[in-house]
This record gives sequence, C-alpha cells and structure tokens, in this order.
Amino acid sequence: MALLDGERIGQAGAVQSLSLPTAVGLPRVARPAGISLVGLTKSFRSPSGPVRAVRGVDIEIAPGETVALLGPNGAGKSTTIDMLLGLSKPDSGQVSIFGMTPTEAIANGAIGAMLQTGAVLDNLTVRELIDMMGSLYPQPLGVEETLDLAGIADIGDRRTNKLSGGQTQRVRFAVAMVSNPDLLVLDEPTVAMDVESRHKFWESMRIFTGRGKTVLFATHYLEEADANADRIILMARGEVVADGAATEIKAATGGRQIRGTLPGADRDALRSLPGVRRAELRGDSITLYCSDSDAAIRALLQAFPTIRDLEITGAALEEAFLQLTATNDVPNDGSNQGAQP
Amino acid sequence: MNASYTKYELMRLIRNKRAFIFSLIFPLALYLLIAGSNKDAIILPDTLRIKFPTYYMVSMAGYGAMIAAISAGARIAVERSTGWNRQLRLTPLPVATYFRTKVTTSYAMALVSIGLLFAAGLLYGVRITPFSRWLEMTGLLLVGILPFVAMGVLVGHLLTSDSMGPAIGGGSAFFGFLGGMWAPLPEHGALHIIGEGIPSFWLANASHVGVGAPGWGLKGWAVIGIWSLAMAVLAGWAYRRDTKRV
Repeated sequence: MALLDGERIGQAGAVQSLSLPTAVGLPRVARPAGISLVGLTKSFRSPSGPVRAVRGVDIEIAPGETVALLGPNGAGKSTTIDMLLGLSKPDSGQVSIFGMTPTEAIANGAIGAMLQTGAVLDNLTVRELIDMMGSLYPQPLGVEETLDLAGIADIGDRRTNKLSGGQTQRVRFAVAMVSNPDLLVLDEPTVAMDVESRHKFWESMRIFTGRGKTVLFATHYLEEADANADRIILMARGEVVADGAATEIKAATGGRQIRGTLPGADRDALRSLPGVRRAELRGDSITLYCSDSDAAIRALLQAFPTIRDLEITGAALEEAFLQLTATNDVPNDGSNQGAQP
Repeated sequence: MNASYTKYELMRLIRNKRAFIFSLIFPLALYLLIAGSNKDAIILPDTLRIKFPTYYMVSMAGYGAMIAAISAGARIAVERSTGWNRQLRLTPLPVATYFRTKVTTSYAMALVSIGLLFAAGLLYGVRITPFSRWLEMTGLLLVGILPFVAMGVLVGHLLTSDSMGPAIGGGSAFFGFLGGMWAPLPEHGALHIIGEGIPSFWLANASHVGVGAPGWGLKGWAVIGIWSLAMAVLAGWAYRRDTKRV
C-alpha cells in the first residue's frame, strides 16, 4: 500500500508529478460503510486570483480507524474538514459518512467535531455547557462521564470564560465527545495546549478510540500523527501526497541517510554514487539521502577511504514530511499549478 | 423547543450582566429622570388631560422593548465571532429550534424592559383604567416588537461584534425617530407617510393605547406583519450563508 512512486520521490519537484494516490487499497471486507471523500475540490476567491485550496482529494476511512490528516499550514486540511462536516460545499466531489450526507450524519448525531477556531459559549459553567450540548443529541454520554473522559472534572464548576487556553481546548474536546459520536473529527486539537495538557488529551483520546470510534484528526505535528494514528494522510498544497502507516511513509521516501565527515568533498561526485538520491554538504560534514544505503556505503568507502564519523540512520518522519510537502525547492515550471493528469 | 437549551440560553442572558443592564437601563433611567422631574405636568390639558409620567411611561415601554429586542438578537454576533455558531451547526439542533430559542430570549429581554418601565410608572403614581387597557397595550407592544426581534437576529448574523454597538445605536435612533417615538410625527406630509410604513410607528401607536388611542387598524397589522415576515426571511437567509470561518 505504498502509494508513492519511490523512484521519483527524491527528486526535487517530483512530488508534483506523482500520480494522485487513489483510495487506499486495504481490503475492507464486510464492514459497514465508513467515511468516503471522492474527488473533492474547493477554490476560494482572493485579491490575487482564485486560490485552489483543495485540488481533488480522495480519502477512504474504515469504521474504527484513527487517521491523522497531516500537513503544513495552508495544505487544505481545514478546508477538507469543513467539506467533510458540511460546513462548506465542495466545488465538485462527494462526501459520504457511514452512507449518509454530512447533513444527515449531523442530524443523526453521528458526528462530534472540535473545530480549529473558537472559544466556547460564555456565561456558563463547564458542566452546564456540556449538559446543554448533550441535550441536543439523541444518545449523549453522561455529563460526569464526559468531564472525566476529557479530564476536566476538576473544573466542572468554573465559568467557561475563566479558563486557560489548554483548559478551553479540553472543554471543546468534551463538547465534541458528549454526543457519543461514531465519528470524531478534530481540527488541530492540541494547538494552545502545553505539554502536560497535550499528554492528557491523547490519553483521553485513546480511551475514546478504544470504544471502536472512528477518528480523523488534523495536525501539523508529526510526532502527534506518528504516535496517535493508525494511518497518516499527508496533505500538501490541497492534495493528498501520501497515505499509509507512518512506517510506510518513511519507507516511501527512500529510507536511510548516511552522515560522515569528509573534508573537501565534491557534491556531484557524492551524488553520482550508486544508491544516493541527494547529497548535502555542510562544512566538512556530508549527508547522503539514499534509496539503497547498502550500495551507497560500499561505494562511498571505496571512493573516499578517508571518510570518518560514519553514521547510518533511518530517515526521520520529519525528513519524509519535508520532502513530501516541500514547496521551496520546487522548480517553477508551472507543474505545481496545474491539475493532476 | 428544547427545554434544556432554552434554559441555558436564558441563564446566559441574565449572567451577562453588562449587556443585560445596559440594554435595559437606558430607557429606564431616562424615564426615572425625566418623568420624575415632570411628575405633575399635563399633556394636552384642554382635551385628554394625560399626566406626563403616564404618557412617558407607555412611550418608553415601547422604545425600551424595541431596543431590548434588537440587542438581544444582536448578541449572536458575539457568539459567531468566537466560532460558536459553527460548532452549533455540527449538532442535530434543528434550525427552527435555534430560532425559536433566540426569539424566546429576545422576548424575555423585552418583557423585562417593559416590566421595569411599568414598575417605575407605578412608582410615580401612574394609573391606567380600566385594567384591560394595560393588557391591550402590552399585547400590542409584544406583537409590535416582532419585526425588531427578527431584525436583531438578522443583524446578529450579518455584522461583526465590533460593529454591533453603532448598529444598535444607529438602528434604534433611526426607527425611534422615523416611527415618531422621539417626537410625534406631523399629521400629514411625507414624514407621516414614511412613518406609517415603519414598524416603530405602530409600536408607538401600541404604546398610545395606554393613554386612550384606538390601537391598530388593518394598516397597522399589515405593516407589522410584512416587516416581521421580511425580517424573518432575511434572518433565515443570513443564517444559511453564515457557515464561513469568521
């Protein structure tokens, strides 16, 4: 299910020319309909012409999956989520949530959502707010259960306008959960949380996902996606650029790096070694990004026997992320403007 | 109607002390000051012999109810500015229930405003007989603010919380003046014709039932009805278009 073209992924700009990843091909036998986004596009008008925020996104999520929508700011995550939730109408494409339209799914209380922006309603206590929101749903969780689950039982009697940023986020999480939804959608849930809140938040989430719920969360924190999702969907510039388990995404980007110290190294000579996709020089230290690190290291030692401080590491997800979402080193040949073939 | 949701919305209304007090205090304070210093003045001494505090009470009850109704709905702008309305749309709360609750809270505000004015009037010795005239006036006032209740919900969905203050101030001055609430309109001429097409004119008319006016004819009911319908339709339109991130 590696969806990336491994041969071309390392070349600058290759991402743009990748064929669009199709819906994930995991066998989803005899399970009820999950979440399906097909061919979603959305443009916005701006003073400098139309901005194509989402350019043909296809995502399939099976019931019970926890999926991270990962990408830098402006990748189209929030726009995609808005369309998933029916808050914004796609220019083209279809959304299906457990076989329903977003509006139907919301009317059935099947969705709990924590949006990126937003405070909570003021002049209520936390407990009152959760009670009020629960009253809007057909089968809500109990108020106390929700407060416990979100880890905010201790601030239940506090007014919502007297909360810290992290507390507000957890209250908003409780608002999303009180509906006892089948699908929980979280847009950048841990923004404004400190390390401790963040830790507690994901703890609560794991309890919740343990109940067989489907979860889609957007984030631009790699570690968060890596640690908390079954699957990562990587978005950049309004497209899905990779879709798979974290390990697959790492593998798809060509895997390993070789570092070493080699005074007076020649970048072109290094790059022409077998198994090397890309070479970087920083003073005397070199970094080789390899598609085949075994071949590369043999050739490297043969060609440059004086090299020292050798180190071979698996590419960090960070590196994969940067490669897949990079825009700066993309040649401006217009290929990133057009639609996918 | 969702009882729990309505209960919490009403609680929020009362707990927001600043907004609660400010949208009620202006007509009340004006009444206490001006009627207090003209307690024994008589309006139209040759014919009706209405005491000034009575005339001023019924007028301010209408004006105050109008302001309370507009500003209660306008508070939606604050909820929108925090993104709360987007959150609310992700719940199964039906649009009709949402609007009914907003209308309920606006009416609660207007009723409190009217009640305060009446209490202040009684304090100054206002007596209106027969008692049925109190009821007729209050009933017409409550119907007459319906366009303003819907208008509040409309502007709450159209404007930002920053522009709310000027909008409420300007709007209530506009309708207060053109409707003849500030000063009686001339009996004939352009201003009178314009005034008759504006709901605040009929709201002022409803007030005057308390001092012996006959109430609305067909024209009054039609103007209030058409404005209410138009404002409600516009508010519904504003609600539907308002799904964007603010």
